[in-house]
This record gives sequence, C-alpha cells and structure tokens, in this order.
Amino acid sequence: MISTVYAVLFYLATFLMVAGVGMKVFKYATTPVPLNIVVSPAPRTKRGVFFRMFREVIFFESLFKSNKWIWLFGYLFHWGMLIVLLRHFRYFTLETWWWVEIISPIGKLMAFAMIAGLLGLWARRIFQERIRYISAPSDHLMLALLLGIAGSGTLMSYVTHTDIINVKAYFLGLMRFDLSHTLPADPILLAHLGMVVILMIIFPISKLLHVPGVFFAPSRTLVDNARDKRRVSKWARNLPPLPEGIPAKEEK
Amino acid sequence: MAPLDKNDAPKYMGDPLKIPKIECGASLDTNTYKAYPEHNEALGFPGELIDDWKEVAIAKIGELAKKNRAFQVYLDACVKCGACTDKCHYFLGTGDPKNMPVARQDLLRSVYRRYYTFAGKYFPWLVGARDLTKEVLDEWYTYYHQCSQCRRCAVACPYGIDTAEISMAAREILDTVGVGQKYCNEIIAKLKKTGNNLGMNPKALRATLEDLEEDLEEETGIAVKIPLDVKGADVLLITPSADFFAEPHIDGLLGYAKVFHASGVSWTISSYASEAANFGMFIGSYENMREVSWRIRQAAKDLGVKRIIFGECGHAWRVGYSFLNTLAGPFDFLDQNYPIPQHILEFTLDEIEAGKLKIDKSRNDANIMTYHDSCNVARGSAMGPKEGGQFDVPRAVIKAVCNNFHEMERDTIRENTFCCGGGGGLLTDDLMDLRIKGAKPRMTALQQVTEDHGVNKMAAICAICKTQFAKVMPKYGYEFDSIMSVHQLVANAVILDGQETDEADEAPAEETP
Repeated sequence: MISTVYAVLFYLATFLMVAGVGMKVFKYATTPVPLNIVVSPAPRTKRGVFFRMFREVIFFESLFKSNKWIWLFGYLFHWGMLIVLLRHFRYFTLETWWWVEIISPIGKLMAFAMIAGLLGLWARRIFQERIRYISAPSDHLMLALLLGIAGSGTLMSYVTHTDIINVKAYFLGLMRFDLSHTLPADPILLAHLGMVVILMIIFPISKLLHVPGVFFAPSRTLVDNARDKRRVSKWARNLPPLPEGIPAKEEK
Repeated sequence: MAPLDKNDAPKYMGDPLKIPKIECGASLDTNTYKAYPEHNEALGFPGELIDDWKEVAIAKIGELAKKNRAFQVYLDACVKCGACTDKCHYFLGTGDPKNMPVARQDLLRSVYRRYYTFAGKYFPWLVGARDLTKEVLDEWYTYYHQCSQCRRCAVACPYGIDTAEISMAAREILDTVGVGQKYCNEIIAKLKKTGNNLGMNPKALRATLEDLEEDLEEETGIAVKIPLDVKGADVLLITPSADFFAEPHIDGLLGYAKVFHASGVSWTISSYASEAANFGMFIGSYENMREVSWRIRQAAKDLGVKRIIFGECGHAWRVGYSFLNTLAGPFDFLDQNYPIPQHILEFTLDEIEAGKLKIDKSRNDANIMTYHDSCNVARGSAMGPKEGGQFDVPRAVIKAVCNNFHEMERDTIRENTFCCGGGGGLLTDDLMDLRIKGAKPRMTALQQVTEDHGVNKMAAICAICKTQFAKVMPKYGYEFDSIMSVHQLVANAVILDGQETDEADEAPAEETP
C-alpha cells in the first residue's frame, strides 16, 4: 500500500517538476529582451559571457564580493547538496558508476557541510534584522524542508540504517515501471522520501526558480555589444513609425 | 537622521559603508510631487487616476512580464538571501527597510505573486503575497521614487536581479493608471515641445552659446566657436542642456569647445536635439525613450553629420551607448569608422594620446582631485575598446591634465560606485531631504580622502551628479564648487595655439613714467 502511494507520488512529482520547470524555461527563453541591459563592466564576447556565468555558477562570484557570510553558508550548502545528490546515483543505477564510487565516501561527509550551510543561512534569517525583515514564512519553511531532507538522510547514513538494498530495488523498479518491489516501511526513510516529493512539487512554483532563472538574467547573460548590435524585439517592431527628418513647423 | 547642517557637519564621518539600524517608515513621508494632468497626457498617459486603476495595473504587470524577460525572471528568481540589503545609498542614508533593494522589489513582487502565481493565489500568507489596494499603490509611488535606478544592488545580487528594472516597470505601471511624477513627466513634455529639458527655444539657445563664445574669446584671445545647427559639420554633439546654463556644467562645455577647436574637427550642436538627457528611461517607458532618442537621429540626418558624440551626462550615456542603436538605429548613414555614438571622453583621450592637445598640467595644481564614477556610466555603459573602459578612460583624461589625483575607497568606486543621491528622476527640490541623505555614503568616502590626502575637488561626468553635488556638498562641509566637470579640468589645462597664457598676463607691468 505505502509502496504504491509513494510510487504514485514520485511519478506525479517528477511530472510536475519536469513539466513545470520546462514551462518556465520555455517562458523565460521566449520572452523578449527589448534592450541591452547588461550590468557593466561586462564581457564584449560570447566567450567572455560564458566565463562570467561559469564563475557565477561555480564560484558564486558576485555573492562572494557582496557578502562573505552568505557566500560561505550558501557555498557549503549548495556544494554539499550537489555532492550528496551525485552520490545518490548509486541508488538509481544497477551497476554503480565508477565516479559515483569515488565520491561516495566524500558524499557521506558532505551531508554535514550541507547541514552546516543550511543552519548558518537560517541563523542569519532569524538573527540578522535586515534578513528577518525580508523573510516570509515560506523562506523559513524552505530551510526547514531542506534541513529535514538532509537530517533524515544523514540519520540513515550514520545512525539507523534502512534496508538500502530494497530501496534501490524499489527505485530501479519505478524507473522501469515495475511496481512489484516494496519500499521498507521505515519511518525515517518515508519521511525523507516524502519531503523530497514535496520539494520536487514546489520546485517550479517557488523561489527554487532561481536555478533556471540565473541562466536567463539579461543583466549578466548579455554581451556588451550594444553599439554594434541592435536588438529590436517583435513588439517594438510594431510600434508606430516615427518621421525621418525634422517636421517643417518645428524647424527654427 | 535629520539633514546635516553645514555648521555641525563632522569633519570625518567614518565608514561610508556603515549599515544603519532599520527604522520602519523612516522615509514614508518623503514624497515627490505628482504630475499635473497635462504632463501625463503629453506623454500618452491618462491625466489622473483612472476609475479601473486596479484592473489596469494588474493587467499591466502581466503585459510587462510578457514583453520583458528581465522583469519576469527577476520577479521569480529572488531567494531573499539578503546580499543586496546593505547596498542601497538611500537605505544607508535613511535606515528605512523598504529602501533595501529586495524589500523595494517585494513591494511589486508581492502583488505579482498574488495575481500571477499559484502559491500567491492560494496561499498568499505563506509567500508574502498581497492584494493591490490604494495603500499599496501609494507605497509604490513613495518608494519607487526613492530609487535612483543606479544598479549597485544588481552588482551584488548572485542572480543579477536589477532593482532598476523593477523600479522602471513600477513607474510605468503608475503612469499607465494616471499617477505620474511631476519632475520627470513635466520635463519630458517640455522636451517634446522644444527639444530640451529646459524648454529653451532655439533663439535663447543661440544667444546663450554666443555669450559663451565671447567668454572663451575673452579668456583665450582666440575665436573659439560653439556652433549651432551648422549643416555639413562632421560631428553632432549631443549634450545635456544643463551644460548651457548650470555650474560647473558650462565649464565642461567650454572644455569640449576647446578640444574640438584644437583638434580641428568641425562640430555642431542641434537646436532640435539640444538635449542628451532622456527621462523616458527613468519612467521605464520604451515608447517615450524611443521618441526622445529619435530626435537625435532626425537631427543627425537633417544636419548631414558623419558622427555623433555625447557630452558628459550619465544616464544619457547609458541610453546612448546601450539603447540608441536599438531605439533609433540603424545609423548606416554615419561614418562607420567611429563608434556610434562616441563619448566626448573617448574623443578627448584619443586627441590627447595623438598629441594633438597642448597641455599644461600645472594649471590644475590647486585642484587635489578625486573622481566620482557616475552610476549609469559605471554599470550601464562602457567606453573605449577594453572592458572597464568607462572607469579607465575618464581617469586617463584626468591624469593627463592634473598632477594630483587620489582614489576614494575601493568599495565606493568603479562598479561599486554610489549614486550621487539625485539620479533616476529624483533631482527635484521636493526630494531634497532624501537627496541629502542619499549622498551620505559618497560624501563620507570623499571626507576620507580629504582627511588622508587633502582632496579638495571631485570630478564627475554626469549633469545630474554635478547639480546634485553642487547642491548637497555644502551640507557636508564643502564649497558648492568642489564638484567639477572632467572637461573643466581639460579646459583649464589646454593651451590653444596662439592663446595668451597667464604667464603673459602676470608679467610685471612696466612702470612708465
């Protein structure tokens, strides 16, 4: 019973996340950029923009320059989460890929980096008055959810191991539309997976949209080439034409 | 914080980046005058608040999100990390939390969420979404007119979210429902009538320029021209109309005239496009910005010039560098061997490097200089062939004509520069209190270099910066003329061929019995 409910939930969550984010990305990609609003100094070539975005996404360059504490906690959290997520590939592939094997021991440790980062970010949200002022309940809940996922996962890694062989069999089955395997009825595991489902569902309707959003911000992704390249959007092309030359009555 | 009085302004105010305690509502009562119906109507907006303002405003949010990717992405992507919260000069100056960039964005984002997102429609309390009410509209008017669209926060944001885009959109929504700002809308209306923000007609302009020519001749003994409406000139100079009447702007104009004279390039000002400023940008109106820009194209065609050069004006250079080609191009009728448009500083630096100007740096020795990067030039444009030229070109010119130059604190210059406190359509007397407070970070950084290096003058290349500083510097213990045009420094140092120099003037007069 529980296995079936979770199977439905995972199929639904995957669909909502992929479709929702896909629709958002489509919207971002097809919405015009009527003017070159790149924040300068900016690269003058596409290559330069690629490196600018690379530094933003890999090093969080702007955040590093603007706030060291948020950078530190944000960096710990995001990189911790990435390695932990990559480690999870071992539960979704029959044969564990060699590089997943290599990062697995680090992945187990990186859970603590993730948790430390989240706690740091949450502490700032509570104790730093400026950030407290701009926080909505959803901002706190998002941290709680991520901490819940990281915490329950870490518990299973270090304290009360779940029956991971069966978990793996269950997910390998789900991926092949084979629902014959049962999920261990382990409360920590069910909590962990339940929270992951929630996170996937809210992905396209929450601030998690910063993930695709960062790649579509014209202030960073445009090339500084406005003197050479015009960018007239479709709607601007339909504006009423303006006169060439100076109307007679206005001439001195 | 009460506005500082000149007499009790401390000599050294400490850290220009000092973060104040937040004080809710600290600048809630600072409101700029609303436009009269005729101002709004001249721009194609309703004269006063329309009956169905709420529906129209909500629909406008949706329309802008469809027309402008930046607006859509910025509304969605913010994670409330707080990195921008201490970056706005108006927040640093007032302590009002709604002047923190993210909080300023949220004034509009909260309404967007309520009507356009799943979470905001069904769980408004959870995500801080709220209905659009008259109070919200008033709050928009107040706080979106306490943003100078300087983009210092956009540099700080990990996603590049640019509050200026949100602020411009908000002002356009306000205009669309009939709530315009007097300062901006009156000025745009004037420009559409006369060609400049001052409402100065061609006759008055000609008389002014002739007076300036006389001044130049008196100073140098040479007939340096400031040509107006000369067909067939090589260069059309587009310069802010403040250069025709305000100090220290005029001295900059005299500087351009000397450089053109020395270079031998023929040039002209146009009475039809006698304005570089484009307040259409401040109100976020693509249509108005396009119309104002178009005058430059018309004038260039009409006069048959080969090149367009912009004078010292910050936001005008953003429009010129980043938007003009899109709004009024293609400029295939101009000489493609030069950048279109070109900045006067690019031109002057080329002349200096080519050795075409005779310069006596010692004529600026009384000026211990620093340089204020104007926000729109720093973060919204570029100069020269290299990335960061908008910082290096002006400095290269200053250093070529002055012996004494010192930088202010690193976090207050270049891409981290502060707005002067009067940009973005806020340079109006009814916002004087805000302007004084907003200038505080810059003034504090200036006080540091005054203390450390004896800096007594600050140069800028923006008409708004110059006017703002001339007005607020006295509140911080400086003379009003401590702000200078970069081309004023050039004008001081350049010696034209055949010019009578000071040394000749100062030669002891022979006593004749």
